[in-house]
Amino acid sequence: MELKRPLPTPRTPEAKPYWDGLKEGKLMIPKCNDCGHVHFYPRIVCPSCHSRNIGWTQASGKGKLYSFEIAHRSLNPAFKIEAPYILAMIELEEGPRMMSNLINIDPDPAVVKCDMPVEIVFEKQNDDVTIALFQPAS
Amino acid sequence: MKELSNSVCIVGVDESDEVGKQPDVSQLSLHLQASLNAIADAGLKVSDVDGIFTAGQHSPATLGEALGVNPRYVDGTSVGGCSFIIMVGHALLALHHGLCDVALISHGESGRSGTGVTRGRDTSLSGQYEMPYGFGGAPTYFGMITNRHMHEYGTTLEDWAKVAVSTRAWAGLNPKAMFRDPITVQDVLDSRPMFYPFNLLNICLVTDAGGAVVLTRADRAQDCAKKPVYVRGAGEGTDHVLVTEMEELPLSVATRNSGKKAFEMAGVSHGDFDHIMLYDAFTSGPPIMLESLGFCEPGEGCSFFDAGKSDPGGSLPINTNGGGLSYTHSGMYGIFPIIEAVRQQRGECGDRQVPGASLSLVNGMGGMLSAAGTIVLSNQK
Repeated sequence: MELKRPLPTPRTPEAKPYWDGLKEGKLMIPKCNDCGHVHFYPRIVCPSCHSRNIGWTQASGKGKLYSFEIAHRSLNPAFKIEAPYILAMIELEEGPRMMSNLINIDPDPAVVKCDMPVEIVFEKQNDDVTIALFQPAS
Repeated sequence: MKELSNSVCIVGVDESDEVGKQPDVSQLSLHLQASLNAIADAGLKVSDVDGIFTAGQHSPATLGEALGVNPRYVDGTSVGGCSFIIMVGHALLALHHGLCDVALISHGESGRSGTGVTRGRDTSLSGQYEMPYGFGGAPTYFGMITNRHMHEYGTTLEDWAKVAVSTRAWAGLNPKAMFRDPITVQDVLDSRPMFYPFNLLNICLVTDAGGAVVLTRADRAQDCAKKPVYVRGAGEGTDHVLVTEMEELPLSVATRNSGKKAFEMAGVSHGDFDHIMLYDAFTSGPPIMLESLGFCEPGEGCSFFDAGKSDPGGSLPINTNGGGLSYTHSGMYGIFPIIEAVRQQRGECGDRQVPGASLSLVNGMGGMLSAAGTIVLSNQK
């Protein structure tokens, strides 16, 4: 099957639990074992207290649409999802923000609203890679 | 910091021989044209240059090699398009302390034609966490900041459009501007949808262009060819790189920090400026920068573009060269607002001259309001 999206490249070693979690249908995010701060993207230092004692926690997959754009084209030839589609900045209920797409809703600013509740949808790309998309919360 | 204020001057500025579409000029040649033109504008010789500052794909060593100069001081700070504005502050320090005597800040970018350009940068974060969803290219990120601003403050598409209209009015007075025909708010709203909330006319041009700035200490500046323009203050800051990490989205911590430092060094406050240059990669940029710099409350930045205030003949002219929106935008635009502010302070701007301009603000961003540089320029100490 032809891929419609560029695969995440290069997947870095410090992000392995995140990518492994998605394959199992879990959203794993880094959590500081010292101060409890949860962050995203995965890195080896806590951006809040600067500790290197980082563990992982499973996020609920619920959050809100912090901001969005409706893309009428793609600037990346490797991204082949048909326009218009929704570029989404999700704020997880645990706090961190991540980029994604909002799916299963009309790409129309009359219905897509900042702060609307959303939930995760796991989308398998191939045997190696699953990514996190979001849809309006049920 | 106060003793640094007015200690150096900008004595030379110029663009590459032409800006716009330059498919037959390599990126390195855009650099060299701009550098030679700016050095000549200062009445100096290439051999006078002993400090080289540049950002982008060419290192200061490449520029020194190409110019036949062995610099005593180099700086390749590269934090996005505002790097050249930040370098004015870095050159100020190097000159003040005698680490170099004549500083050249150069930009050259074949952003439109890609002539003599090789690609390659680290995308390990964006490649994992953004590109699989269709992100890539500045409009896919800056719209996030813009849309959140609309949500929090009720800013409308019409508000942003006014920025494009005002900037185009200035471009009409700049013979070097790529687009010079007047536009209306309705033209912006009717232009091709790109990445909501941006239509085509909310987004900057993509051009080929070079620009350069030459600085020296204030005592030596008096002997140069043109009236010296004093660097009254300079400041810089960085915040995030990925927009998801932006601390006070939709406002910019980097912009605020850079402005605070520059204003303190210069001993000026917001009401003192009679001319403002802001990095307009998108129509929402200048209002958000004005808010971040503290010119107004959050959410009120678009009021600076109301009722002709920022237009030719208006009470506070903004982006008098026609901006990245209508004059030129090669990619790393930050050198060009410096050049325009110097020309305004010299009184060289012809039809678009701001009468009696005596204090210019230059503020620019790198990335998506990720980094920022602010400088305060004046024709008087």
